[in-house]
Formats: sequence, structure tokens, C-alpha cells
Amino acid sequence: MNIKRSLRNNGLLELGFVLMIAALYMVFLYVPTEKHTGIVQRIFYFHVPVAWVSFLAFFVTFIFSILYLSKREMKWDAIACASAEAGVIFTTLVLITGPIWGKPVWGIWWTWDARLTTSLVLWLIYVAYLLVRGFATEPARGARFSAVVGIVGFIDVPLVFLTVNLWRTQHPTTIIFEGGLTTPMLVTLLVCIAAFTVLYVLLTIQSANLKSLDTALKRLKSMHTG
Amino acid sequence: MENLGYLFAAYTVIWAIVFGYILFMQRNQRRLQRQINLLQESIDKTENDG
Repeated sequence: MNIKRSLRNNGLLELGFVLMIAALYMVFLYVPTEKHTGIVQRIFYFHVPVAWVSFLAFFVTFIFSILYLSKREMKWDAIACASAEAGVIFTTLVLITGPIWGKPVWGIWWTWDARLTTSLVLWLIYVAYLLVRGFATEPARGARFSAVVGIVGFIDVPLVFLTVNLWRTQHPTTIIFEGGLTTPMLVTLLVCIAAFTVLYVLLTIQSANLKSLDTALKRLKSMHTG
Repeated sequence: MENLGYLFAAYTVIWAIVFGYILFMQRNQRRLQRQINLLQESIDKTENDG
């Protein structure tokens, strides 16, 4: 099994490690504390990147689900599934860090506003994606059903992104593109986004390789025993 | 240092879940390695018998 070695050869492990150390340094030592909400605002530097990475992960699932349905090759399904799995992990982080940040700032853990509700729905859609695979009697059928969920479920991603602009929500609007951040804050955020993007790529490659290996092993086993 | 507990909780949760997922994948990797070894033994045995 040369997965770790192949990641090392690509330099991804090293890059991810360096970026994560840089991100932690910048979040806790470099960036100034925000005036209005204080030290707890530092959750923002990980909350926003994990949200971005979860959108990216579901987009990758969407693309590779289309590829799987058109080509019917299990390698595309392995990437789609690995990315959905990572997406669920990162959306879970969004749904946990959001309320932890919300409680001291808004005074409540949760409210059923458009952004929070669509984010929860997004998480449920991709949990369903993973469950559909588990319940299917044969891998190809599970892959086909989940690919449909992966394509249809992606509709919720732009919806989650646009909710804060379409409706009045408790959740703040997108300040990143409107110049609402000072330069140190923006640089810190970008480094954190880069760190989490590399982490996502690493996890997805590792998981997709394991899934491909599992499929190949099952085929070999059936050939050997059959 | 008001609300430091919330900040600590958020970062702890993030790392706990990320490491949990890495451990889950490592367990899968070990399971696959065991299956490969079993299959290899089975193939070797069949070849020796044949």
C-alpha cells in the first residue's frame, strides 16, 4: 500500500502541514482581535474555510457523479463518494463551530433562519447519499442511486451560499467580497482556506484510493473463490 | 479573554473530528491490508497444491 508514499511524492503532505502550522500561527498570534465580538471571532478563520471546503467537496461529488453515470466506471464513483464523505465531515464542522460562535455573539445556539436551515438540509442530503450506498444490495446499484442524490442534492449548495443575500437572516452577509476585512484578517483567512483545501484534497485522495482498492479486492476475492 | 472557552471548544471539536476521520481511514487501511494478506495466502496455497 503506497498511498502515503504517493502523497509524500506529490509534496501534498508537507504542503498541508506547513500551511496548517502557518494558519494556526496567524489565527492565534498574527491577526489582531476583532473590536466588536472579541477573541471568539477567531472561530471565523476556521468556520469559513470548512464551509468553503464543504461546498468544493460537494461540487466534486456532483462532477464525478455525472462522470460515473455517463461512463459507469467505479473509479469515478470512488472519487465522488470520497469527496461526499469529506464534505459531510466538513459540513459537520460548520454546523458545530457555527453555534459555538453564535452563542456568545447572538445569545442563542441555533435559530431556524434560511442559512442555518439550508446548511442542515445540505448535511442531511449527503448523509442520505452515504446511507443509500450502505443500504444497496450490490455496489453498482448503490453507486447509481447515490450518484443521483449527489447530482440532485447539489442544488442546495448555491442555495446555501445565496440565502444571506436573498433573505434577511440572523447569519451575517458575505463580508469577504465587500471589503469588510482588514488586510491581516483577509490574508489569515486566505491562508486558512488554502490549508483546509489541501487537507480536503489529502483526505479525498486517501479515501478514494482505499475505496478503489476495496472494490478491486472484492473482485479478486470473487474471482479466486468463484 | 472573555469567551475563551467557546474558542477552545470550537478548535478542539475541529481537530477531534479531523483526527477521528483520519483514524477511521487508517482502520479501513488496516482491514484492507489484512484482506490482501489473506487473499495472498489463499492464492499461494492454491498454487502450491496445484
